[in-house]
Amino acid sequence: MMLRITKLDKHFGGVYAVHDCTFDIKEGTITSIIGPNGAGKTTLFNLITGILPPDKGSVRFKNQNITGFKPYKVARAGISRTFQLAKVFKNLTVRDNLLLASNVNDAELKKILAHVHYGRELDTLAGELSYGQQRLVEIARALLFPHSLLMLDEPTAGVNPKVRQELKQILTRLKKQGSTIVLIEHDMDFVMSISDRVIVLNEGTVLTSGTPAQVRKNPKVLEAYLGK
Amino acid sequence: MAFINYLIHLAILVCIYGMLTVSLNLAVGFTGLINLGHIAFFGIGAYTSALLALNGYPLWAAILGAALIAALAGIILAFPTTRLKGDYLALATLGFTFIVGSIARNWTSLTRGPLGLPGIPKYAASNQTLLWIAAGTLLAFSITIYCITKTRFGKTLQAVRDDELAAAMLGKNTFVHKVAAMGISAFFAGIAGSFFAHYISFIDPSIFGLGDLVLLLSMLIVGGLASVPGSFIGTAIILLIPEPLRFIGFPSALIGPMREMLFALILLLILIYRPKGIFGRVDLQ
Repeated sequence: MMLRITKLDKHFGGVYAVHDCTFDIKEGTITSIIGPNGAGKTTLFNLITGILPPDKGSVRFKNQNITGFKPYKVARAGISRTFQLAKVFKNLTVRDNLLLASNVNDAELKKILAHVHYGRELDTLAGELSYGQQRLVEIARALLFPHSLLMLDEPTAGVNPKVRQELKQILTRLKKQGSTIVLIEHDMDFVMSISDRVIVLNEGTVLTSGTPAQVRKNPKVLEAYLGK
Repeated sequence: MAFINYLIHLAILVCIYGMLTVSLNLAVGFTGLINLGHIAFFGIGAYTSALLALNGYPLWAAILGAALIAALAGIILAFPTTRLKGDYLALATLGFTFIVGSIARNWTSLTRGPLGLPGIPKYAASNQTLLWIAAGTLLAFSITIYCITKTRFGKTLQAVRDDELAAAMLGKNTFVHKVAAMGISAFFAGIAGSFFAHYISFIDPSIFGLGDLVLLLSMLIVGGLASVPGSFIGTAIILLIPEPLRFIGFPSALIGPMREMLFALILLLILIYRPKGIFGRVDLQ
């Protein structure tokens, strides 16, 4: 098992952001976490990557208990992630942004940037790029960082439809090469077309999970999104 | 001849403060740590070096001692404070400056308190030689810090400045990086302090004053964050522009306040026309 989340709890004041959350992520699969706004998806990501300490429960990654690990240790254990709002190093060049993830040569950098359809110079300051381009650099950086689990928080937000299609192909190809990917996503087309498994989160708890087809048919999911 | 000596004196001061500013830039400009404790490292270096030299240790030992004790102070200060961000870090480190100043004033058996330490031996007899040493040291500091910022370690410092969380998610131990940046920055400040003590040959606790701290920050901001040459230019501008006031013939009681007004004016002009400083590349949020 790549990732095992057991009875994870996190509350802010009296409100549970994540409550009694339990699920597994299998190796070599693409899993999408969906749910209405405020369902606790990003909090869940932050709990897994050590940015927030959980109140209760455990996170096991490749049979290692990483609950309460600091973010840099989680990363070193082999988890790479992107953020809901792209986080690039604005005053560094695109090249330096990528080299901080992994020390590779220019050819390799260009290859990875071509994958995400980033067309500008390597020596541009990341802060001078448009938001969409920063997003691409961030994704490229996450891909470059040595990892066995890739976690993407809304990768298609602010990215044009063409790159969205390309992203689909990248993720599918990565899966074929053995990568394990978890993503938070609101674009249902995107989710349904690439996921092996979909986990529906509502009020911090796993509402249901299954293949895209199973989830689509589940009346509880519609209810969570649209109300009764 | 007297005028030449005066110019040499100014040049030496520019070099000493240049060392201080460029080392502060490593912490503030490159790592994003708004450290107001830098003047304390300068003072710690000055006192360590003076005390060692006055107690018969050779000069090299005094300089090395100054650098190491200051670096140690930097590391100690970094431990509790680098978990803080922005303004909070600034306040905590400012507190450190006050505490160290207070120790210097009150530990009279060691520092002689407000009486200060007179008769600190010079590095060299002639000011001309001193200027060469100071200029050489400043150049060496600048090159070293410039090179540091080009290494993987230096890039990581800048990544921490731009987005600490993103740097951590690339497996970087951001805490260790911040502590190291403070230690290296303080190491250089300690040597600058030693230089100052041995050049002026007298120090007292006023070295930890707020006035010098404001001056130092002005130099940094005018020159620009994250620019090594900027630190030198900023220092030169802030130190040299008020100097002509001495020759205009104002009463000496007026010169002090006028200097302050001039600093304020320079800072305002910079903030209006070049908010990132003359050579600055980055904005701290």
